[in-house]
Amino acid sequence: MSQSDATLRIELQFSGGMELLFDNQKTIHAKVPASFPLDGSAENRHAATIRDLISWTASNLLKERPELFIGADGSVRSGILVLVNGADWELEGELEYELEDRDEIVFISTLHGG
Amino acid sequence: MPGATDTKPTKPLKNPCNLCQSVRAILKRPKTGQQLCKECFFHVFETEIHNTIVDNKLFNKGDRVAIGASGGKDSTVLAYVMKLLNDRYSYELDLVLLSIDEGITGYRDDSLETVKRNRDQYQIPLLIVSYKDLYGWSMDDIVKEIGRKNNCTFCGVFRRQALDRGAIMLNVDHIVTGHNADDIAETVLMNILRGDLPRLQRCTSIITNDTSEDSSGIETSKILRSKPFKYTYEKEIVMYAYFKKLDYFSTECIYSPNAYRGHARIFLKDLEAVRRTAIVDIIHSGEALSASVQANESTKLPTMANCTRCGYISSNELCKACLLLEGLNKGLPQLGIGHTTKIRRMHEAANLASGLSSPASLSSAVADGSAGEKVKVVTHIKDLGQLETMPTLASV
Ligand SMILES: [Zn+2]
Ligand SMILES: [Zn+2]
Repeated sequence: MSQSDATLRIELQFSGGMELLFDNQKTIHAKVPASFPLDGSAENRHAATIRDLISWTASNLLKERPELFIGADGSVRSGILVLVNGADWELEGELEYELEDRDEIVFISTLHGG
Repeated sequence: MPGATDTKPTKPLKNPCNLCQSVRAILKRPKTGQQLCKECFFHVFETEIHNTIVDNKLFNKGDRVAIGASGGKDSTVLAYVMKLLNDRYSYELDLVLLSIDEGITGYRDDSLETVKRNRDQYQIPLLIVSYKDLYGWSMDDIVKEIGRKNNCTFCGVFRRQALDRGAIMLNVDHIVTGHNADDIAETVLMNILRGDLPRLQRCTSIITNDTSEDSSGIETSKILRSKPFKYTYEKEIVMYAYFKKLDYFSTECIYSPNAYRGHARIFLKDLEAVRRTAIVDIIHSGEALSASVQANESTKLPTMANCTRCGYISSNELCKACLLLEGLNKGLPQLGIGHTTKIRRMHEAANLASGLSSPASLSSAVADGSAGEKVKVVTHIKDLGQLETMPTLASV
């Protein structure tokens, strides 16, 4: 297996209305590339971060209305809460958090209904 | 929390809780930047709401309080927390759930199922009042008739009145709603953008009743309304619901694209991302603006009377709902208005169904409720007596 084929098992969870953008799936077990190319070069790669996971999820799993998931600067749209292994991603480095095998990442929309 | 760390973790704890220091933090508070573990978060969240209730003297001991319940995150958390605090601090409130069925297929019918589960989970009686029964029109009917352009106007006017009518049926003193700090900041922003100062004033007060000025014809009612989540951030409400695994419904209303409000909300979230205190700053601005409006307009109370058709409190001959209904019913005279009979029938049915204790007859409440009696005065909950002081966090 070459470096670029390695994957991580990531459990993605969607709630608070987020699941509506993912075909109503609340949990998706995904195999996410363990590394992503740096500046488009095939040689230089960096370990996958949440930033990579967000764009990977948007291009591979998202079913509709990407503008309700993706926000500015490659982050999620404001108003979406993210948890990394049960904790607020603001405590875990947010976009720069490096994914590990068997991580559990939760996306919760706060924008749906009161 | 000294003494609680007998079993020392082998690795140093990653992100220890700022309060107990012994458990991993799971939340960074939007208000303070503090990082908290799950138990400390629950405790702080609940205690702050308790303090809001006590500091603002929202209730009297023995009050009968309706929780406006939509099945969404805010009102679900509100119902859960109101019950919890009522038990924990012996408020001795008589709690009921009050839901409005606007008659929106595929939206409200599903969310009402959530409310019914909440009724069973929290053991709080529930009354559902529907637009169809109150007004002869469901929102589905109205949209069929008028299209999707102004339907939110109808819905807004009808909902406010329907909540009051439900509250009269339930014989409650007070309605609490789940509006949170983010909602209030958003409404402040929208009222400023529209230059709507009277509404600006109403949206920032934590408790309102019909002693509020009403220079622009906003209809007010005799029943107190308050927002125990006025200082509670949406992020924390959602996190609380998530960690408590509360059962709530999250789909947007199919008739409400709400573009303006949507933009206001995103704008707020973006502001908050660069300035942590944005939400609270905007609420404070709203309060300061409405205070200066009040000072200028030397509190002239409008003469409030009753709608000549339905009896609802109104500064005009016809209340807004009746005005809207008149339009809807033009060309459909067979529908009539028939509020009172329908309401009375529903009221009787509701009593039979829930065994609720002798609510005042609705017809008489509507007929003489608002005109004769004195306006209800917000009194203090000093007689709540031995309210516990805020327990120290070490005791969690
Ligand atoms: Zn703690
Ligand atoms: Zn009327």
